[in-house]
Amino acid sequence: MIKKEMIAMLLAGGQGSRLGVLTSKVAKPAVAFGGKYRIIDFPLSNCINAGIDTVGVLTQYQPLRLNTHIGIGIPWDLDRNIGGVTILPPYEKSTNSEWYTGTANAIYQNIDYIDSFNPDYVLILSGDHIYKMDYEVMLEYHKSNNADLTIAAMPVPIEEASRFGVVITDETNRITEFEEKPAHPRSNLASMGIYIFTWSVLRDALKANKDQPSCDFGKHVIPYCHERGNRIFAYEYNGYWKDVGTLGSYWEANMELIDIIPVFNLYEEFWKIYTKSDALPPQYVSAESKIERSILGEGCEIYGEVFNSVIGANVVIEEGAVVRDSIIMQGTVVGKGSQLYKTIIAENCRIGEGVVTGVGEYAESKLDPKVYAFDLVTIGENSVIPDHVTIGKNVAISGETESADYPGGNLASGEYIVKAGGEK
Amino acid sequence: MRAVGIVLAGGNNKKMKELSYKRAVSAMPIAGSYRSIDFTLSNMTNSHIQRVAVLTQYNSRSLNEHLSSSKWWNFGRKQGGMFVFTPTITADNSNWYRGTADALFQNLNFLKNSHEPYVIIAAGEGVYKLDYNKVLEYHIEKKADITIVTKQMDESEDVSRFGQVQTDEDGRITSFDEKPMVASSHTISCGIYVVRRRQLIELIERCAQEDRFDFVKDILIRYLHLKRIYSYPITTYWSNISSVESYFRTNMDFLKPEVRNFFFKEYPDIYSKVEDLPPAKYNPGAQVRNSLVSSGSIINGVVENSVLFKKAYIGNGCVIRNSIILNDVYIGDNSHIENCIVESRDTIWTNSTYIGSPDDIKIVLEKNDRFMFN
Repeated sequence: MIKKEMIAMLLAGGQGSRLGVLTSKVAKPAVAFGGKYRIIDFPLSNCINAGIDTVGVLTQYQPLRLNTHIGIGIPWDLDRNIGGVTILPPYEKSTNSEWYTGTANAIYQNIDYIDSFNPDYVLILSGDHIYKMDYEVMLEYHKSNNADLTIAAMPVPIEEASRFGVVITDETNRITEFEEKPAHPRSNLASMGIYIFTWSVLRDALKANKDQPSCDFGKHVIPYCHERGNRIFAYEYNGYWKDVGTLGSYWEANMELIDIIPVFNLYEEFWKIYTKSDALPPQYVSAESKIERSILGEGCEIYGEVFNSVIGANVVIEEGAVVRDSIIMQGTVVGKGSQLYKTIIAENCRIGEGVVTGVGEYAESKLDPKVYAFDLVTIGENSVIPDHVTIGKNVAISGETESADYPGGNLASGEYIVKAGGEK
Repeated sequence: MRAVGIVLAGGNNKKMKELSYKRAVSAMPIAGSYRSIDFTLSNMTNSHIQRVAVLTQYNSRSLNEHLSSSKWWNFGRKQGGMFVFTPTITADNSNWYRGTADALFQNLNFLKNSHEPYVIIAAGEGVYKLDYNKVLEYHIEKKADITIVTKQMDESEDVSRFGQVQTDEDGRITSFDEKPMVASSHTISCGIYVVRRRQLIELIERCAQEDRFDFVKDILIRYLHLKRIYSYPITTYWSNISSVESYFRTNMDFLKPEVRNFFFKEYPDIYSKVEDLPPAKYNPGAQVRNSLVSSGSIINGVVENSVLFKKAYIGNGCVIRNSIILNDVYIGDNSHIENCIVESRDTIWTNSTYIGSPDDIKIVLEKNDRFMFN
């Protein structure tokens, strides 16, 4: 008989629309991070480092990059005879075929997968957080409390607590109340979206809520468990944790890696973060180039200047180009003499010669002011920027643009160009 | 592919000086992210050779560690695989490998149990890119018994550490001198051979009966006029790294764009064991010029015309010029290193100075304790 004490279910199906053009072709968990990684590497590495060798990854939105990245799980040692990593897309059934309509619905549709391992506990993770966490310690805590559900929660400054789902606990850390984005928070313990359920409890809750449209953990399943009087505990976590769900927080989390001794340190031997990486040559730095306060992936060729930036693998920065406060993902080429400032460039872009970005006054985005609310230029993958154009602040560009798209060689702050597919 | 591969990776070489104290020449780190044997193994997998034997003996630990999994070179398959053969004591043999031919003889079952008609034998210390299928086609076209890959070296080059060949106009080798005191030719053997499997088994068995152990002296040279031995000239980059000077120069060659393009940009790729290291980090004070930097490195000082291997830590105020820093080296603040090869896992204390000269590269071995404060 196959038996695993705890298996993990990783929710990786969301678009992450608040990352704008960065996720127009790729699911948020597959977005590059930190010059080498993808966001999903963090929960996957946490799983294997915590001794969880069975992980179901629920995919739905644009899964190609995610599927090729995960493969059979070799980089994370998740290629197992029993267990390992399994990609779980929505599938057709004889009746009631549907997409994953919500986080809990996605788990509900995969009850058979979970049952096949006869687990005592199920760990629910999301694929958009940057952190290192030992889920095994959390499981010990769950067991010692004889809990039905344990929610990882992190103390945040009370003035910021209104941005989060907040839990209110008694002296034993048992959760007595939930508040979703409260105007006047009564607690500063924010839920991190990491749950350990006793499987029998979750199974019953999912079945009971199966007809709930868009069945969601936060909105439906956890309130249901709470109403039934299940034992729900908060597991307090005090390490580094970052939700990279917005362009601003994504940029910040990347920039935190380049501090002299980063709070979130990738250079420690303990609790390594694994990723799929090809055997790449070292980076070449030419005699004319300057690089300071930056991290750079393998295979880069740098002929220009790079300051305060995170540069992915195989990026080429040509002579005279200056990159500041920017994130450039793998395979992008920055042409001669370009000047990039506070710019996020996704994979395999071609930035022409003499391109200037991030200049001028800030202006509200005409594309989507909720998504593009930072003074960052965001360029989607496989985009082309023609030579000698000037681009303002808070601009979004996606697709193969031409000089004709830039009247007078300019794109003012707050403007956007979205081509090829037209998805934002 | 119609051939099995054999990589000869057993040798030591005094010309590597201190660098061979702890590793086989085939395990020497090359170009920041690779080891010398990666080039031959990648060539084999890229030539669609599926069964490969690696024969090791001297300091084989270093190599075994690198070859811990065959998946990096795509050999871990049901059809084929990579086999590492170190000398073993058996009922009828208690010797080390007494030479290359003896190493083949002691593993003759590998050849006997294969079904591929040809064998590619290659040394593990060459840095090159070669499609062995092209050599095999040439071998068949010339109806050769043995084909040797050769390289035309520059007339100014000292070739005394190589086997030197002369050929007739058809490419058949007419003379083969093994490391002669006076150079007879600047066409040298690269230590890469193609031979029919049954022919090889026959030659090796005969050799063993006569208590002869060396593939070059006892097979190539002895059979030179009896067998049809041909020369296949390699025209692209080839370098043998088994002396300190050539090792240094080969690494420095990767600072040239044409060499990097040839190996890293053009098809096919060179593979190596992938280590899970973070991106290289450049802190304030870093000034890197004309250098290769590998993953996991942290740079706080000046690095010029140098090759940094993985996990190099360069302290504040350091000046590193024209040097090779091997894997996992910690260099304390304000150190000055010029024209050196710093051995892997060295720890160099602050304010140290090591200066070699371009004609006499200094090898730095510093096994100090490393204190990490974090």
